[in-house]
Amino acid sequence: MVAIPSRHKSLVLLAGIIVLQVLLLAVQIKRQSQGRLIRVWTVGAASPFERAGSYGFGWIRDTWRHYFALQNTTKESEQIRRENDALKLQITQLQGKAAEADRLAVLLNFRRSHGEVPMIGARVIGTGAGTASLTIQLDRGERDGIRKNMGVITPDGVVGKVVEAYPNASQVLLLTDKESGVGAMLADSRIQSPVGGQGEPLLVMKYVPNDDEVNLGERVITSGMDRIFPRDLPVGTVAEIKSGNPFKLIHIKPAANLERLEEVLVLLSLRPLEMKNEENTGDAQPPAPGAANPRPVAKR
Amino acid sequence: MNDAFDMRGESHIEVHKFRAGAIIISTLLALVIQASFPIHFTKAAILDLPLLVTIYFGLSRRNPSTGLLLGMVIGLLQDSLSGPTVPLGLHGIAKTIIGYLASSIGARLDTEHPAARFALTAAFFVAHQGLMVLTRRILLAQPEPWFTMHLFVAALVNALVAVFLFLLLDRLRKN
Repeated sequence: MVAIPSRHKSLVLLAGIIVLQVLLLAVQIKRQSQGRLIRVWTVGAASPFERAGSYGFGWIRDTWRHYFALQNTTKESEQIRRENDALKLQITQLQGKAAEADRLAVLLNFRRSHGEVPMIGARVIGTGAGTASLTIQLDRGERDGIRKNMGVITPDGVVGKVVEAYPNASQVLLLTDKESGVGAMLADSRIQSPVGGQGEPLLVMKYVPNDDEVNLGERVITSGMDRIFPRDLPVGTVAEIKSGNPFKLIHIKPAANLERLEEVLVLLSLRPLEMKNEENTGDAQPPAPGAANPRPVAKR
Repeated sequence: MNDAFDMRGESHIEVHKFRAGAIIISTLLALVIQASFPIHFTKAAILDLPLLVTIYFGLSRRNPSTGLLLGMVIGLLQDSLSGPTVPLGLHGIAKTIIGYLASSIGARLDTEHPAARFALTAAFFVAHQGLMVLTRRILLAQPEPWFTMHLFVAALVNALVAVFLFLLLDRLRKN
């Protein structure tokens, strides 16, 4: 057996580990497997810390915005200032709670106005740990009825879809991710075309022929063709139009503020959904095999 | 501060040791902060704290085997937390190589000076992104641009943050 010189041992180890990881990548691509077990363990272990981190950083942010940013404006005496500061801290906490209550009230109103669509509120507790994908992590998972491929929205518009559901958490692929997409149409002209992400703040609508008229600022809504989102949910507004061959290149500004998500709604259905304000056309396709609706539980 | 020495080639090379659990806790903290911080401070998404931790411990420990193993673990954990659209191994491969390079370079250069740390971190950041793009292009057939202005800015920001972060992490060394 050939002995490896000690100075080359680390190089051999490096080569071995790289080869192993390349094989791991190859296996995932070949079998469409995503190493679920490792992810379940990692997310299960990390989500309690992420939850705590999310609350902690939220508190720091609120304190910074409402306390330190205002601190220099006061010219009162030291004693009064101290009392004032103490009160500001209390106000900060109350403002944070009030803002949260407002946001939750908007979610609740939205849910009530769409009572026929089962949905559950969830808090955003983390983002993707790298820059390679645009994902967020929610504090609700399989135990709350969330399943893979469920739609995620806010009252402002579409957010993305669940790409992985763990027992107590779930991961959502944002609409702006390169691999994300939603069946959409222009609200005025009713021209249908999928809208996808490109890893940037703006979305892109690719399949609108050059002959069709599209106006800046025109609303883009869901078409329901993706069988994930119900029709007529806001996707965004047309922000930029470029001519292409043979299709226009239309950039869409997302309706939901995807960079500042704190609470979202998960549509607890894997069947094509219909919103209250649309006609029941009766030509909806049957649900996909195995796409049974899980029972909604513990709605926030 | 310098309590261990290793003979490699011609020179004495300082190998820093750390308090018990310092590497594990720093790694976990970096991953959790990376996942939680950008929710409230969107611009913070430009940082890659797990990479900075990989570089720091690579440069300090100066053992290529330890550096590459730490890089692999951090990279795979980052992949696991990044959602199923990121295959396990994408960050893993890049950080394994960066961990190896950092510890190899750390064994040959003075990496204690802030200017050296700034330059090395910027270079490692660009190399890391290059490896990610290479992996995506060759192994995953995903077209990615090699260079963007965002990458340049991110490299500088990460290098600047690294200078201060490394000073903080220096405190975890055994005296």
